[in-house]
Amino acid sequence: MTSGTSLLSRVQNDRNVLGLVFLFPAAALLVVFLTYPLGLGAWLGFTDTTIGRSGRFVGLENFASLLRDSVFWLSVWNTFIYTAVASAVKFGLGLWLALLLNRNIPFKSFVRAIMLMPFIVPTVLSAIAFWWIYDSQFSIISWTLVRLGLIHHYIDFLGDPVLARASVIAANVWRGIPFVAISLLAGLQTISPSLYEAATLDGAGSWQRFRHVTYPLLTPIIAVVMTFSVIFTFTDFQLIYVITRGGPMNATHLMATLAFQRAIPGGQLAEGAALAGAMIPFLLAAILISWFGLQRRKWQQGGSDA
Amino acid sequence: MSKMTRREFVKTTAGAAAGVSLGASLVGRAEAADLSYKPEKGAKLRVLRWKRFVQGDEDMWMQNTKKFTEKTGVEVRVDNEGWEDVRPKAAVAANVGSGPDIIIGWYDDPFQYPDKLLDLSELASYLGKKYGGWYDICRRYGTRDGKWIALPLGVVGNLLTYRESHVRAAGFDGVPGDLPGFLKLCQALKAKGTPAGMALGHAVGDGNDWVHWLVWTHGGKMVDDKGNVALNSPETIAALEYAKELYPTFVPGTLSWLDPNNNKAFIDGQVSLTNNGISIYYAAKNSTDPKLKEMAADINHAHFPIGPVGRRTEFNQITSAMLFKHSKYPNAAREYLRFMWEWDQYDAWMKAAIGYVSGPLKAFEKSTVWTVDPKHTIFRDLAGGMLDNGYAYKLGAASAAVMADCVLIDMVAEAATGAQTPKAAVERAEKRALRYYKI
Repeated sequence: MTSGTSLLSRVQNDRNVLGLVFLFPAAALLVVFLTYPLGLGAWLGFTDTTIGRSGRFVGLENFASLLRDSVFWLSVWNTFIYTAVASAVKFGLGLWLALLLNRNIPFKSFVRAIMLMPFIVPTVLSAIAFWWIYDSQFSIISWTLVRLGLIHHYIDFLGDPVLARASVIAANVWRGIPFVAISLLAGLQTISPSLYEAATLDGAGSWQRFRHVTYPLLTPIIAVVMTFSVIFTFTDFQLIYVITRGGPMNATHLMATLAFQRAIPGGQLAEGAALAGAMIPFLLAAILISWFGLQRRKWQQGGSDA
Repeated sequence: MSKMTRREFVKTTAGAAAGVSLGASLVGRAEAADLSYKPEKGAKLRVLRWKRFVQGDEDMWMQNTKKFTEKTGVEVRVDNEGWEDVRPKAAVAANVGSGPDIIIGWYDDPFQYPDKLLDLSELASYLGKKYGGWYDICRRYGTRDGKWIALPLGVVGNLLTYRESHVRAAGFDGVPGDLPGFLKLCQALKAKGTPAGMALGHAVGDGNDWVHWLVWTHGGKMVDDKGNVALNSPETIAALEYAKELYPTFVPGTLSWLDPNNNKAFIDGQVSLTNNGISIYYAAKNSTDPKLKEMAADINHAHFPIGPVGRRTEFNQITSAMLFKHSKYPNAAREYLRFMWEWDQYDAWMKAAIGYVSGPLKAFEKSTVWTVDPKHTIFRDLAGGMLDNGYAYKLGAASAAVMADCVLIDMVAEAATGAQTPKAAVERAEKRALRYYKI
């Protein structure tokens, strides 16, 4: 046996080395397609790069400039409203839908499959559909209501700042509900029926069963689902870009859409990167909150605080 | 023309002698002193261009490209994409240094990355000499420090499109050429239930086109000729006061309009006057629907009214070809551009798009596309009556950033709807502009 083969066989049998080898492809993918772009984006935010010119380090200048920009603050405000309202509604409706689907209803699998539709349709297509639904001249909603004699003028869904915000939030909710509902449904199904039987024998009503059996056992899933839901909503881009372009008067501009508008069509790469970077603290906060929430619940051990 | 003796170029005659089979009929009238470039061996080109609304444009462009390939053997792949997708893609290509050889982009794109573009001065001066000279506006959008960094393809006209019968019913023979008259017309149209409508949402094309005209024709401007932000002026306030009176005459919902909205509303008969390219007329005229054909007969075009400045101050979408330094076959690319800009190809293309794009060179005014239908004629010399979005200073990163941020559209929308007073709206816009025109 030569020393070469013994080294090779030792390497082949070394779990640590093998682990690294097997880890390499995934790690390389993550570094190339995730870490590097993210790092580059963060770096660009501290430079004065434009599309045609590589920049130099300017420290916090971009951020200072954004702080003085009314449109930036409007987009921050819009993003918070959008995320808060859409996430809350998605959670409420999603949980309700999950509870309904968890019962024995006719055509159960068919109904569950149908419910996934909004999630399956490419976002841009559903955004275009909503664009038509909200059209100032051709809205199907306005048309129906006018035909029914309930209103006399077409609703200016996307022209009025408040209505425009509500309209894009509604579109986001429609699209996001399936994710919440299906995930929570999966969680519901892990709850053993015997717990409900025991609770019923103890005389618990349906609200008490939900409050003291369903809710505590579902909490870990809720934390994960809502973390993802908040992140998806906070970083939404396509719906806004197709339906309003951030208009009217920037009333629907989110941080993500404004970052794109300034970085690419506007050519101010550094400013756009800074704007996108400004989203990171908020996202980190959302992740940390849920992470600590998860720790407390000790869900990995399958235990609970109760 | 001493540069023409450089080795990479050959006289067209030599090129023709080198075995170009289609020869005479294609090269056409001014064969004699032509410039021509000899494509590199095995050259292949990738071209990215916009397409929009008018099918004839895309078809004829592809047909001309095919002709080029037959003539030179150079394979050309043309990607026709939605017009707003070209900008980001061009930006990416410029930044990473690879991608299409030629990109036909918009507005001041070339000024965002002038260092990434090849000099086209020789080709531009040849075309200018041959075809009656470039319009000044094309020179502004094509040159930087006296060097041609892009080859203007033309101007996508944006004028007033209106229904003749509705304007007559409102008591006018045509669209008045002055601001008070235009306002009266819009008020009368509204009273008759056949309102006007112009986009005030983030409509990158139609929205920008009319609000720039509005500010300029009152004498307002974003920057003075030294590059200082000069928006906050009595002239701009006057423009916003005018917008405040004009907006209530519009069909409801214009605040949400993006570029396609006015086309749809006009074709549906809900709007009787709007600002647009020739594409509405084109769609109606080429429709198989008899009702739309009837509407086409009733559609006409007019210039925007002229305000206190006393001259045309229109704003149209201008489009230019850029040749990138990362191209491996710059001579093939130059030859492609030359071929497409020559009369035979350009004229056929203009005709196929019934004048959707007005020529960048004065001789193209002679095309019969402008006389075959009197409703085309007004689009003939649009490049002659427009200003650029950097007016009254240079085009550059700041002008591009300010327009992409919809600063003027938002300003007019805020004032017109009463969300802000004209004074507050202009101050807000000024602050936004100052973030880019800071140096």
